[in-house]
Amino acid sequence: MTVLLKTQGLAKSYAGPVLSDVNFDLLAGEVHALVGENGAGKTTLSHIIAGLRTPDKGDMKLDGKPYAPANKRTAEEHGVHIVLQELNLINNLSVAENLFLEHLPNQAGWIRRSQLGKNAQTALDRVGLSDLDPNILVKRLGIGQKQLIEIAAGLSRQCRLLILDEPTAALTLADTERLMAQIKKLKAAGVGIIYISHHLDEVLDISDRISILRDGKLITTKGRGEITIDEMIRLMVGRNLEDSTARNDHRKFGSVLLHVDKLSAPPRVTDVSFDLLAGEILGFAGLMGAGRTETVRALFGADPRASGRIVLDGRDISSLIHSPSDSVRLGIGFLTEDRKAQGLLLPKPVRMNVTLARLTDELCGPGGWLRRARENSVADNWVQQLGIRCSSIEQSAGNLSGGNQQKVVLARWLYRDCRVLICDEPTRGIDVGAKFEIYRLLNQLAATGKGIIVVSSDLKELLALCDRIAVLSAGRLVRFFNRGEWTEDQIMAAAFSELTA
Amino acid sequence: MDKNLANSAPSVAATARKLVRRNSQTREILENCLGLVAVLILLIAVFSFATEHFFSFTTFTTIANQIPTAVLIAVGMTLVLIIAGIDLSVGSVLAVSGGVLGIALVHWHLPLLVAVLLSVLVGAFCGFVNGAITVRFQLPSFIVTLGVLEAARGAAYLVTNSQTQYIGAQIEQVNDITVFGLSLPFFVAIVGVVVGQLVLTGTVFGRYLIALGTNEEAVRLSGIDPRPIKIAVFTLSGALSGLASVAYCSRLASVDPNAGSGFELEAIAAVVIGGTSLMGGRGSVVNSLFGVLVISVLENGLAQLGAQEPVKRLMTGAVIVAAVIVDFYRSRRADRKAQAGN
Repeated sequence: MTVLLKTQGLAKSYAGPVLSDVNFDLLAGEVHALVGENGAGKTTLSHIIAGLRTPDKGDMKLDGKPYAPANKRTAEEHGVHIVLQELNLINNLSVAENLFLEHLPNQAGWIRRSQLGKNAQTALDRVGLSDLDPNILVKRLGIGQKQLIEIAAGLSRQCRLLILDEPTAALTLADTERLMAQIKKLKAAGVGIIYISHHLDEVLDISDRISILRDGKLITTKGRGEITIDEMIRLMVGRNLEDSTARNDHRKFGSVLLHVDKLSAPPRVTDVSFDLLAGEILGFAGLMGAGRTETVRALFGADPRASGRIVLDGRDISSLIHSPSDSVRLGIGFLTEDRKAQGLLLPKPVRMNVTLARLTDELCGPGGWLRRARENSVADNWVQQLGIRCSSIEQSAGNLSGGNQQKVVLARWLYRDCRVLICDEPTRGIDVGAKFEIYRLLNQLAATGKGIIVVSSDLKELLALCDRIAVLSAGRLVRFFNRGEWTEDQIMAAAFSELTA
Repeated sequence: MDKNLANSAPSVAATARKLVRRNSQTREILENCLGLVAVLILLIAVFSFATEHFFSFTTFTTIANQIPTAVLIAVGMTLVLIIAGIDLSVGSVLAVSGGVLGIALVHWHLPLLVAVLLSVLVGAFCGFVNGAITVRFQLPSFIVTLGVLEAARGAAYLVTNSQTQYIGAQIEQVNDITVFGLSLPFFVAIVGVVVGQLVLTGTVFGRYLIALGTNEEAVRLSGIDPRPIKIAVFTLSGALSGLASVAYCSRLASVDPNAGSGFELEAIAAVVIGGTSLMGGRGSVVNSLFGVLVISVLENGLAQLGAQEPVKRLMTGAVIVAAVIVDFYRSRRADRKAQAGN
């Protein structure tokens, strides 16, 4: 087989390096799988190949010729297509229109409906959706069908290199099998396929070769027969972990502060139960899409939940939590995963951002009057305590660095003084220094007897920070690990458990 | 000596900061309206030189007594725009409230004060309907208030029997109370502006409005229920339209089923000229007053220049668009400032 694509020394960094010195090659007629933890660089690598990003360093060769696509379009002109993980369908257009959006058959601008219908039918047949009416609007379809449409669109194009990013995430077993059959057909036709998936058994099944990425580096490439699932997990996690014990000492835990029993919020969360002790930091680990954020959002009342009992301090509060305002009133705080979209008032001063969640008690004077002098001193105080670097409390939050922004949101909840604080990705996109300051603050907070839940995609962070780690897999809480009794391999194996079972 | 200096420098700086901070609110309000005041002075100067009679006591009292209706509506509209909503129903709500005012005075022979209260309540009710539907069904307020604009106009026809009616001398009393030629409604409108501005910048409620307009999801996830706040703002806007109807009817001593048509756009124009963002999160009630004044001075000045209606409208339209363009650049600069450093 001939080499279809070859990359040399590819590197890309945003805040930190996400991809460094990647030498990867793909043969024609080969399925080459990319596996790795969240943030290992799989998506970045595939996006560079598909022209969605440009690398900082390194070059690529397609068929031995230099290949540097400026955008998705030029990549497609070279026959390189990607089926994205996120759905890019337009809800208000029909299935057929979505499939052929970029090259609708037309005559002087008028769409040729019959031709379009015929083409769509062929494309749908390939993914086993023969029964689907191509004229139906995409918004009427379920997530699995949408995923298949996306794949059908990719398959219908004349391509030599096809990238599938988590194609089976929302597919049923039968759909998956049909997809596998299609992949084999493409393979036989000489198309090179890059296959990204968390489903490791699937990966073993379909791929000819498997490359493992970790921390932006390509660790190794193995042939299908040369590796087992366990080895894959071990390589993804890496052996050389410096156990950065940010935890200073063993704390004393109090009684059960929060008890959650069979919390369900379809479709992502099923029967999640756990206890949180006073003074404990409980981590939620899991793969992308395992339902971690969905679980804490349902607990907090940010999203509706179908069932489940929530007991805070021995008091059943399930019937009291309908919205975030209820849970905050009861003493639960929530540091959101997207601080810009869901946390901060970006153009507003640090002061307003810090005091937002607690304006109605000590800052509220007679007649609803806001005590500005007191607000200023409160904001000043928190800026000093957390070492938030800003020119003054009047600087707008959008002007701060990511780490300082995160501290502003944290200050809001510290000032609100909650019993339970849920932190969703508390250190996403912030620098290492700020990261450790956040760890220190959360540790301090736990030491005062608060209960803290930390959701994170960064396993090392959870290992460093948590007293206990709960692992979610495909919407279920599969296992707890106590501090000192865990290994990264075990946690990853648990995270994969519901997917490989 | 050096040591003393070194010690005193930070404390001086701290005192200075404190002073600046204490007055920052007032200063901010002043700074914000400076541009508009300049525009206003410029307009007045131009018209004063260009016409014989513009720069006169009569012109100014005329303008002052014309604007209360528009000012009261603009106060409510400012608050609605700040929470990133819009209220298109204000003109029709004014007509319904006015109609009820007429019935209360003419048919039910209620005392003036009670009748006024009643029409404010009618306005508040319409506003409450706007807010409640917007919140309950999570609809854009544009659509909801567009519907109420139509429905309230229908109601206005019903209560007035589709006729313009003289409602008696009693209502004219309202306008007869004057100080230096300025009528009672003028003072009520000014009080409305001052109270509105104080609520916006000085109270917890005002803070919530600004926060809501900036990032509703962040507010919700901070444990603040946005729903009652939104309903309150729309109710307030309705109540102010009700109050505006009293000012409107007192000037004409009659109720008119077609009263207030187009007022919503005039109010939005005034508020936007005042620099309040249509995207929410930023705005000032005082500046809306200046927005109303700019439009009013422009119209009066052009009229005295002998400009016909078409020219007047062309000019007013141009000023509105120019104001929005300025606002666009201003908010883009603010956004850039907010995004810098990321």
